[in-house]
Amino acid sequence: MTVPILETVARADLMLRCRSAVDAGARMQMAYAWFPDGPRNPEVRYVVHGGTREPLHVWRCRPGPQTMPSLAAVTPLLSWYEREITDLCGLQFEDQPQPDPLVLLPGATLSTPPLLPGVNATLSYAPAPSTLPEMGGATRDDVQSLPFGPVRADVLESAQFNFYYIGEAILHYHPQLFFKHRGMEKRFEGITPELGAVLAERVSGVGSVAHALAYCRALEAAAGCDVPPRAQWLRVLLAELERVYNHLHYLGHLCHTTTLKVGEAEGKYLEELAKQINCRAVGSRLLRGLVSPGGLRREPQLTGLAEELDKLRGEFARYAVMLEASTTHLDRLITTGVLSRKLAFDQGATGPIERASGLDRDLRRDQPYAAYPELPLKVAVREVGDAHARQQLRIAEVENSIELMQELLARLPGGTLSAQCLPPSGSEGLGWSESPRGSLYYAVHINDAGRLARVKIKSPSFSNWRVFPFTVHDSNMMDYAINEASFGLTIAGCDR
Amino acid sequence: MPLWTLYGLRQGKASTRWPASGNDGQSGTLGMPHFDPAKCQEGCRLCADACLPGAITVTDAAHGVRVAVDYGRCVACQMCVEVCPTDAFTASGDWAFGARRREDLVWIHAAASNDGESLKGQIHRVFGRSLHVRHVDAGSCNGCESELQALNNPFYNLHRLGVFFTASPRFADLLLVTGPVTHALRGPLLETYEAMPDPKFVMAVGTCAVSGGTNGGGYACGNGLDGVLPVDVYLPGCPPNPAAIIHALLMLLERAPQRVHGGRIGAGDDGA
Repeated sequence: MTVPILETVARADLMLRCRSAVDAGARMQMAYAWFPDGPRNPEVRYVVHGGTREPLHVWRCRPGPQTMPSLAAVTPLLSWYEREITDLCGLQFEDQPQPDPLVLLPGATLSTPPLLPGVNATLSYAPAPSTLPEMGGATRDDVQSLPFGPVRADVLESAQFNFYYIGEAILHYHPQLFFKHRGMEKRFEGITPELGAVLAERVSGVGSVAHALAYCRALEAAAGCDVPPRAQWLRVLLAELERVYNHLHYLGHLCHTTTLKVGEAEGKYLEELAKQINCRAVGSRLLRGLVSPGGLRREPQLTGLAEELDKLRGEFARYAVMLEASTTHLDRLITTGVLSRKLAFDQGATGPIERASGLDRDLRRDQPYAAYPELPLKVAVREVGDAHARQQLRIAEVENSIELMQELLARLPGGTLSAQCLPPSGSEGLGWSESPRGSLYYAVHINDAGRLARVKIKSPSFSNWRVFPFTVHDSNMMDYAINEASFGLTIAGCDR
Repeated sequence: MPLWTLYGLRQGKASTRWPASGNDGQSGTLGMPHFDPAKCQEGCRLCADACLPGAITVTDAAHGVRVAVDYGRCVACQMCVEVCPTDAFTASGDWAFGARRREDLVWIHAAASNDGESLKGQIHRVFGRSLHVRHVDAGSCNGCESELQALNNPFYNLHRLGVFFTASPRFADLLLVTGPVTHALRGPLLETYEAMPDPKFVMAVGTCAVSGGTNGGGYACGNGLDGVLPVDVYLPGCPPNPAAIIHALLMLLERAPQRVHGGRIGAGDDGA
């Protein structure tokens, strides 16, 4: 496992450091603020990913009573992080190109920034009609605006999508997210590290394993704890089971949007079989309740799992061939929602989205953790960046995951499942995992009583939701649902 | 061009006949833990300290320590089962925790066996054969949505029971709510309820919607539906599995009995 390198960067040097890092091909992974020395002395952290296989760097910067310089002009993906820090920590960024609130919706009143130490903030919403952002350019009376949501058709997560369009052509699209902001990061504060794992599983339900894993690895880094090999291997098994049922759901849902009815039914049926396999192995269809700081809480039920995976692999292979040969389905996917490689990199796309646009990045290989270095991991990459490439990528990942699990089950080492994990007071750690949707980071700080002082969550959907609108502008209404499904986004993870 | 019709026909029928007969699809589930206060050790509060959503509370009453368990707050994380030194909490496969009254989810010693009070009397006659459901996500983690979406997969095939999800609240008989109700979604949730025609019903699905669970409270959330909307059926679970959701829907329609009383599945009942 690689260890992130912690550096102190002076406020005056920050802009220059960022510019030279970005020029050298680095990507800023996330930014967050916390208050180690009281509400007047914030510290802003930046996680920087240099070359793909180089260790991560963590910059810390103390602005003192001053504001922070905005780095959004240097690397636009930081804009969302800066706006979130302003909303939740009260810290201002100079020359922020888009100084509107991000997490707070129009009509919000916040008594005090909720992530300040020791405060009990209250958030309230005046029942105000939502206001749409102004569109530039000439005033035309044939531009229609359509606010869709937050309560949408079908069983879906809540968010409001605002379209400006002429006939079929979408001129501009603005997703209003964060209706589901639950203040999850604040809920970690003051609880014991062990109970934090139960909470991490409930940040994004379909990413329960990835969240618990990244969280526990952050604690284990803080505690300097070595997880026993058997637990490391079983963590890989859980993470790949999670990838498989998520991708199967994705394919079924994609068929739903292209109205391929049998394809939809089969995808969702395979997802159901995968969830039933999860339930028999772990006791939870969403694979909850096993990953804990220091290892695993109990032994999963592995009898018959290899045979069940074998059967699933066979059925999936037939299904994948059918999907890749259905012209009516492929006609709707090819050239839909194209994301260029450069845009994917610059705006921070992650996981299957960036890999379908030609970026060969995967934390399982690049920043190896758990038992991944010991297993034959294949990373699928596609170049085209359209909805079809994203389907192909997910198909390849399902096949690779099942193959990986079969290899894992054949070579699974014995031994204990858990080591003691007691992070010392004042310690900190950074943990990550490659969730089914991409890179997930947890930064954890422990207080003097050995409890959680600050937990920052960077979910993959937070990154991909920022990228997604770029593929909607200048597209058409008929393709929107297909494009959205092809991204496979969650809102719970993004909004937290 | 592949022949999907042929492919579908060759796959055969995938739907379970449950609950009439057959497989409910939930084998291996670790459900709500069983509680046996007779096994409690005096002065022990390990379970309460390990319970993140506060489902287990210990009060120092005049006549010794009393442990109270509210399954409406339980997320079935199994932490109490793991820390309990005397097996007062044990793992169980119980998941059919739909209840008409919130208090039926709280563990009490002498559980009443009667089936709560009957709903509106008319419900079976009016909605018994067909129910249209409007779902609103009021800030869930997407776990409940994942299981609600599973209801329409070929295995559960919810349509076979006459229950349909509908896009418009104007056509809906039941408002099915997930999540602890964030402040931002409280308004849209109430507007959706207002838009539904009478008579209308409300179901709280998932521990978040029942009580707030692990995610409720704080600066951005309420604590579930209590005090927001009148609830007809509570279904805790984190998330409740698709069979539990089907059971709760049939219970609302008076086509299945309530299984949980006094915080536990009735004696001689297998929980399914």
